[in-house]
Amino acid sequence: MCLAIPMRVKEIDGDSAVVEAGGIRKNIRLDLLENVEPGDYVLIHTGYAIEKIDRKEAEETLDLIKKVYRAGMTNDAEGLLE
Amino acid sequence: MNISLDSFHDPEIAGILTKKLQELDIKEPMTLMHVCGTHEHSLAKAGIRSVLPDRIRLVAGPGCPVCVCPAGDIDLAIQAAEKEKVILATFGDMFRVPSGDRSLESMRAEGSDIRVVYSPLDPVKLALDNPDREVVFMAVGFETTIAPIAASVLSGLPKNYSMITSLRLVPEALVFLLERSEGSLDGFILPGHVSTVLGRRGYSFLENEYNVPGVIAGFEPVDILQGILELARQVVAGPPFRIENLYKRVVRENGNTRANRMIYKVFEKSDSRWRGIGGIPGSGLKLKEEYGYLDAAERLGLEYDEEMVDLPEGCICDKVILGEAESEDCPSFGILCTPRSPVGPCMVSSEGTCRARYQCRRVQAD
Repeated sequence: MCLAIPMRVKEIDGDSAVVEAGGIRKNIRLDLLENVEPGDYVLIHTGYAIEKIDRKEAEETLDLIKKVYRAGMTNDAEGLLE
Repeated sequence: MNISLDSFHDPEIAGILTKKLQELDIKEPMTLMHVCGTHEHSLAKAGIRSVLPDRIRLVAGPGCPVCVCPAGDIDLAIQAAEKEKVILATFGDMFRVPSGDRSLESMRAEGSDIRVVYSPLDPVKLALDNPDREVVFMAVGFETTIAPIAASVLSGLPKNYSMITSLRLVPEALVFLLERSEGSLDGFILPGHVSTVLGRRGYSFLENEYNVPGVIAGFEPVDILQGILELARQVVAGPPFRIENLYKRVVRENGNTRANRMIYKVFEKSDSRWRGIGGIPGSGLKLKEEYGYLDAAERLGLEYDEEMVDLPEGCICDKVILGEAESEDCPSFGILCTPRSPVGPCMVSSEGTCRARYQCRRVQAD
């Protein structure tokens, strides 16, 4: 029930916004967030944006997995991500 | 949507994590618990349990607000729906959950006006569109859903709108589980979207008071595998334990402080009953006195029936919800109890453990 979908903010009108993902547009509310701007990715749950998605953190998590976890792996697994 | 977020279900990255998990030097078997229906759904769908080392047992805790909603709460909604002037609105998953020999679905078949809504804003619109009816919103959820519910209350409500609340809090349930388990739980995979509200700090009591490790994880296969790996590493390394936030792209250290302010403006903590578990102190929310006029039970003269039986005879959903039994241990599972004719609450909700396991079993069989 806590399923939430990442969508991109297209237009903002006060506490309402139009968001889009995969060609689907939805009207949602921004009451729970501050400083949202068009172009931001937000997580949508029951018609509300519940949090902004930090793309930099997303990239850092993936970077960590690629670089740190791969260290010390056997040769056959090396290069998986080259 | 974009390359970096898609990478969270990249099979190659998942492969690296799986290999790391297999390479762990686990001396003692460990039991890890997640408490999120969406995690169970992802675990079952991606078949993650099948790639875990034998010594890691990953159990599902009480992670579905629909499954833990007691029969008495649903009975209140049924009582409301029986009144001719009432439109009863609730989330889809609640529709089929049994309360005695009735459910909201059976009430609708008998002529009650029951609407399935997607957002807490929908019942508000229903009330505005039907000024001569009383719209009762059965508000169910954990922190993730409670925040939008509180926001909808604060944005102003019509006079013909009231609520039956069945709201529950995750941290208090974790405390209950730890005290009940007497040391048999080695760590928690913490629910990613509940954590957007609570923040990493919302679980600091686990490190400070209980010395139990936890990881906040997202819902893609890479998120979950990384969560299991990092949690298992902590268990193997031993104390001091910490709560690690692996879902930093949406979970902040202090959570969504604006959402928390809104929640506690409208609601206050109360003792709450969990289906199959019983009462857990401080684990629920009720309307604050200044919003007491929104209480549908008071407005419509509904009486809470403490005697409602939560589980039908032979149903082991209580043990499944507590992670003490697997769905497959239940003699009714997949035979008498199926998604088409569910016996227990865990088979009803799309995020119930039994439902996820049943669907996963069918996928594997196919």
